[in-house]
Amino acid sequence: MAVWLLRRIGQIIPTLLILSVLIFALQQLMPGDPALILAGEERGDPQVLAQIRAELFLDRPLPEQYVRWLWRALQGDLGFSWRIREPVAVLILQKLPVTLQLGGMAFVIACCIGVPLGVLSAVYKGRWPDVLVNAVALAGISTPNFWLGIMLILLVSVNLGWLPPSGYVPLFEDPWQSLKTTIMPAFVLGNAISAVLMRHTRAAMLNALSQDYVRTARAKGLGERVVVLKHALRNALVPVVTLGAIELGRLLAGAVLTEQIFTIPGFGKLIVDAVFNRDYPVVQGVVMVVAVITVLLALLADVIYLLVNPRLRHA
Amino acid sequence: MSATQARVAPPESPFRRALRQFFRHRLAVFGLVVVTAFVAAAVFAPLLAPYDPLQTSWTLVRKAPSAAHWFGTDENGRDVLARVIYGARASLMAGVVAVTLAALIGVPLGLLAGLSGGWTETIIGRVADAMLAVPFLILAIALAAFLGPALENAMLAIAITASPVFVRLARGMALEAKNTDWAEAARALGNPPWRLALVHVLPNIIPPLMVQATLSIAEAIIAEASLSFLGLGQQPPSPSWGSMLNSAQRFLTQAPWMAIYPGVAIFLVVLAFNLVGDGLRDALDPRSQRR
Repeated sequence: MAVWLLRRIGQIIPTLLILSVLIFALQQLMPGDPALILAGEERGDPQVLAQIRAELFLDRPLPEQYVRWLWRALQGDLGFSWRIREPVAVLILQKLPVTLQLGGMAFVIACCIGVPLGVLSAVYKGRWPDVLVNAVALAGISTPNFWLGIMLILLVSVNLGWLPPSGYVPLFEDPWQSLKTTIMPAFVLGNAISAVLMRHTRAAMLNALSQDYVRTARAKGLGERVVVLKHALRNALVPVVTLGAIELGRLLAGAVLTEQIFTIPGFGKLIVDAVFNRDYPVVQGVVMVVAVITVLLALLADVIYLLVNPRLRHA
Repeated sequence: MSATQARVAPPESPFRRALRQFFRHRLAVFGLVVVTAFVAAAVFAPLLAPYDPLQTSWTLVRKAPSAAHWFGTDENGRDVLARVIYGARASLMAGVVAVTLAALIGVPLGLLAGLSGGWTETIIGRVADAMLAVPFLILAIALAAFLGPALENAMLAIAITASPVFVRLARGMALEAKNTDWAEAARALGNPPWRLALVHVLPNIIPPLMVQATLSIAEAIIAEASLSFLGLGQQPPSPSWGSMLNSAQRFLTQAPWMAIYPGVAIFLVVLAFNLVGDGLRDALDPRSQRR
């Protein structure tokens, strides 16, 4: 198992290296000279421009710039924000907990919707509950997240006045208020992956229900409820959990628009604001961090899969 | 046609069989009808739209839906229905152009990787995997941000982001094909690799490619709407569903209709492409019958 884990980690390294090259290369797509943007009012002064270029190593050859950038990124230094003049890593660390809270809540909501519906759909395969659940899932996949958010604000905040339409209160400051400000965005975010989780659950349950141990359990005279919930679901959850971990990466992407709509000061708002302010180091930093998180989640998913599935442990 | 004649008739061609399968799928046909309707709306927008989508009017600012303006008017007094109809152009264009471009980038690279093997395959495969590691929308936003805000740049960003899926698909099919007996025979006859790719592998890829392209269009349309919502796609005053939703958000209390119709349009067209994609998959690939 240790060998397998090492080999799996070994596979990640080239992926991350290539990603770093791609993200570094983004800079080259940018129209215009970054030194000009940074110089602002002083852009007419060649001396200032030369100084900025020297400080940011923009006057060095590209490979050298890349190696310097990567070396610093490895030490946790993602450069500084052109706009707020603060280290990108600090900005990301400030915003990450907000998005993690949102993502965590969204994941719980997605599981609460997706897993029971998937079980229902598998148990009633081909009959009307299955058809209905599949239709709901397809509608969920086809709904643009940000539109769902706007519609919820319209219904719940504007018309019913139940929840605040925007804003954010940190969890440890006032848990109740925090919950009130995040439950709607978390639902919107969760909706996006609940449909995917439902499809995974359905497939896994159908597979589990066709196994011999389920037939044995039925033959023993166990009630259908016990067979479905205890025997089949427990085994079906293994692939669902692992695939769910991978979906967490999708949550980070969904958070971009959701946070924008509910004006939640998280990770997604950070990248959008950075895009508008042409604060490119922040954009690069956020993309790199999201990529690393996604790659690590995929690794985590594989490890969980191995841990909960003893048959694979010695393979 | 009598029963005896039917029995001696030649077997149905795979294309006709797929077509018959597809049309038996009621939801897929519904999806196709909706897609066709939206394409027609985009093409014939000047004939269908009741007003000029850019015509502002001081007296018509944020009027609720009425007989004259079915979907109401927006913050500049423009007709929302006209803008939704013209908005179909940006969305469908973005979806179709971006995905075509993604396939044109991805498929040749995938074929090259699958058939050549060695270092070429490793590098192409790794780059595709690395790109797939970044969530779709984040990569598209980053690319669009660096390219600059414009519909063309948004399409390019979406195309680049969507291409690794096609690389993976083409590479998988090429690898599978490379080890078959008929590929072996074709090679033994002295066919060069490019001929193997074009004449023997490509036709086999077309069915899964069509399925993937349809589903990718759905994803690309949502991505375009998202980018336009963020101000990175279609620039005002040209109508696009995403940017319409952006301005609608500021007037939710006063003019909710501005937020409803562009969203319904996105939902319907994306749903329709997803339905057609699912139908195509069931019709073209007998192995992936989901039910």
